[in-house]
Amino acid sequence: MSIMIDTGNYIAAKAAIMAKPDVVAAYPITPQTTLVEGIAKYVETGEYKGEYICVESEHSAMAACIGASAVGVRTFTGTSSHGLLLMHEMLHWAALARLPVIMCNINRVIGPGWNIWSDENDSISQRDTGWIQFYCSSNQEIFDTIIQSFKLGENEKISLPVMISYNAFILSHTSMPVNVPKQKEIDDFLPKRKPKWELDVNNPITFGNIILPGEYEKVRKEMQVAHNNALKLIPEIAKDWKKRFGRFHGDLLEFYKCEEPDYILLSMGAIGAESKVAIDNLQKNGFKVGLARVRTFRPFPQEEIIKLGKKADLIVIDRNISPGMEGVVFTEVKSSLYGKSDAKTYGFIAGLGGKDVTYNDIENICKKVINKKAKDFEWYGLEEM
Amino acid sequence: MPIKDLPVEEYYIPGSAACPGCPATMAMRTVFKALGKNMMMVVPACCTAVIESLHPNTSFNIPTMNIAFEAAAAGASGVEAALRKQGKTDTTVVAWAGDGGTYDIGIQALSGALERRTNFIYICYNNQIYSNTGIQRSGATPYGAWTTTTVGGKREFRKEMGEIVLAHHIPYVAQACISYPEDLYNKVKKAKAIKGPKYIEILAPCPPGWRFGMEKTVEMGTLAVETGAWALYEYENEKMTFNGRSKLILEKKVERKPVEEWIKYQGRFRHLFAPEKDDKSIKEIQNHIDQIWERYRSCYL
Repeated sequence: MSIMIDTGNYIAAKAAIMAKPDVVAAYPITPQTTLVEGIAKYVETGEYKGEYICVESEHSAMAACIGASAVGVRTFTGTSSHGLLLMHEMLHWAALARLPVIMCNINRVIGPGWNIWSDENDSISQRDTGWIQFYCSSNQEIFDTIIQSFKLGENEKISLPVMISYNAFILSHTSMPVNVPKQKEIDDFLPKRKPKWELDVNNPITFGNIILPGEYEKVRKEMQVAHNNALKLIPEIAKDWKKRFGRFHGDLLEFYKCEEPDYILLSMGAIGAESKVAIDNLQKNGFKVGLARVRTFRPFPQEEIIKLGKKADLIVIDRNISPGMEGVVFTEVKSSLYGKSDAKTYGFIAGLGGKDVTYNDIENICKKVINKKAKDFEWYGLEEM
Repeated sequence: MPIKDLPVEEYYIPGSAACPGCPATMAMRTVFKALGKNMMMVVPACCTAVIESLHPNTSFNIPTMNIAFEAAAAGASGVEAALRKQGKTDTTVVAWAGDGGTYDIGIQALSGALERRTNFIYICYNNQIYSNTGIQRSGATPYGAWTTTTVGGKREFRKEMGEIVLAHHIPYVAQACISYPEDLYNKVKKAKAIKGPKYIEILAPCPPGWRFGMEKTVEMGTLAVETGAWALYEYENEKMTFNGRSKLILEKKVERKPVEEWIKYQGRFRHLFAPEKDDKSIKEIQNHIDQIWERYRSCYL
């Protein structure tokens, strides 16, 4: 074990190469750029021994990862915002082909206008592609989640691509100390990939040809089963990681001071980390508010949300918006609770366009609910339009 | 190699869902024979996605992966990189795409893969239309041709994709035609032996798309070459060589037949002949072909 002090992107690059992917294919985009530069540096130093394809677009990055993964090898890429949107078609392709491509997405705003700061609309709008989605709140969590994601996605009961999202600049360009295990420890944790299917000249198959409705529906059902399996496997992997390395960031969710709350705050990513300060302050002042930080957005932890709804009312902060509806996590939470709990739910939109969300803001949100001044759903800090 | 001496092994096997007289299947059969068992193929959306038969069956005895329309060259880049990492550098990686997937939606990924010196063979079977979606215009559709999106005949000339590829200065670029299987076989064989990106484009006259009888596929290819509407050439080590009939045409050892001899058999040009003959448009087509050959002579003779 050694300590590395670096930005989220360079930590992600380190984690990625320690997982020893055979092929990396990537295209630069702010704020992911230093991640691909980090990997390029490891190519130069010889620390990364795999193939690194500098493709001409994100669409091709994902297509190349799909091609490589289909040959049975381990693949990695990273992107952000418009890059992720350009990949959209291939995200579906990777998931339906059941290829465990592992990808970091640095959550960045979608234009116009051009804005390189952080919100989650890029990855949230990839919700239905079939990818497993994690949201991280620290550089250590980025490192640990990347390694864990290879083990998860490549598991034969899963065989799904995994997206590890973290906030633009707040994490991607902020240095933090991170515990980095020895290479041997990572190798022991992460076995070689055993593909579910592969292109092999000695066993020629045709993959992805025309499929009739009845067969296709089964493919979709199998994907759903794989996501359900992930709900069980994610906690197992997190537990194993804790045993080996002594670190735990939560499994599907991370709970913080959630013992006997009147209210539980739900949030994702860096707002989740900031929320801990808010919770400390609120509890110091006698407000019984706990925190449940959603780590796994897909599969969505419905059972855990129902348990939360049975012990407290829920406050959800979304750094994303589904226009014409509301914050997406808020919708998912209510959908999970329907008919299973009488908990009241309050949804807030905060931090779009990279607007700073401080612990003061989070405390204000919680106090508004506690003081019965909150609506069911509102935009924090914006006047009525 | 004479056609009777081609390998007897068949990797294009029964069960295909191709139309009768399909040129893509003719091309594929020859390409597979030239490359043999040790190959992998990436196929974007195109007629081949139908030809290869329905899941869980296949008409290919070659490992094949279907990929999105614009992604053939990028997907093949990934396959090639993975094989290289595994030390399996003797396996030939083929991207097999139609003209839509090559000239139009896939040109970016193709250009990127060529510039990156990907060690693969990109094969475009060019039937001059989006045939799989039911005969719409592509960047390869010739001037004057009817398609369902150029109902009165296309008003633009086709691109010279081979020369766009040539500008990437890759080790091997060739144009072939299904009517000349020995030439095609030799070109694929040659490409297989060369390291780096290779591009082979095969003219593939499509009976339902061009509106001619299914027994005339080979004849339509032959006439395309004889009229100079299509050229057989190969570009190797920065040197261009025209092949067979096209060489004779380039060197003016034989006359090009008038293009009318080719288009008059194709229903897609019927509006140029009936109810009244449209001499002006036919002349436009002929002039364009004349210009292409003048350029070929000035550049490559």
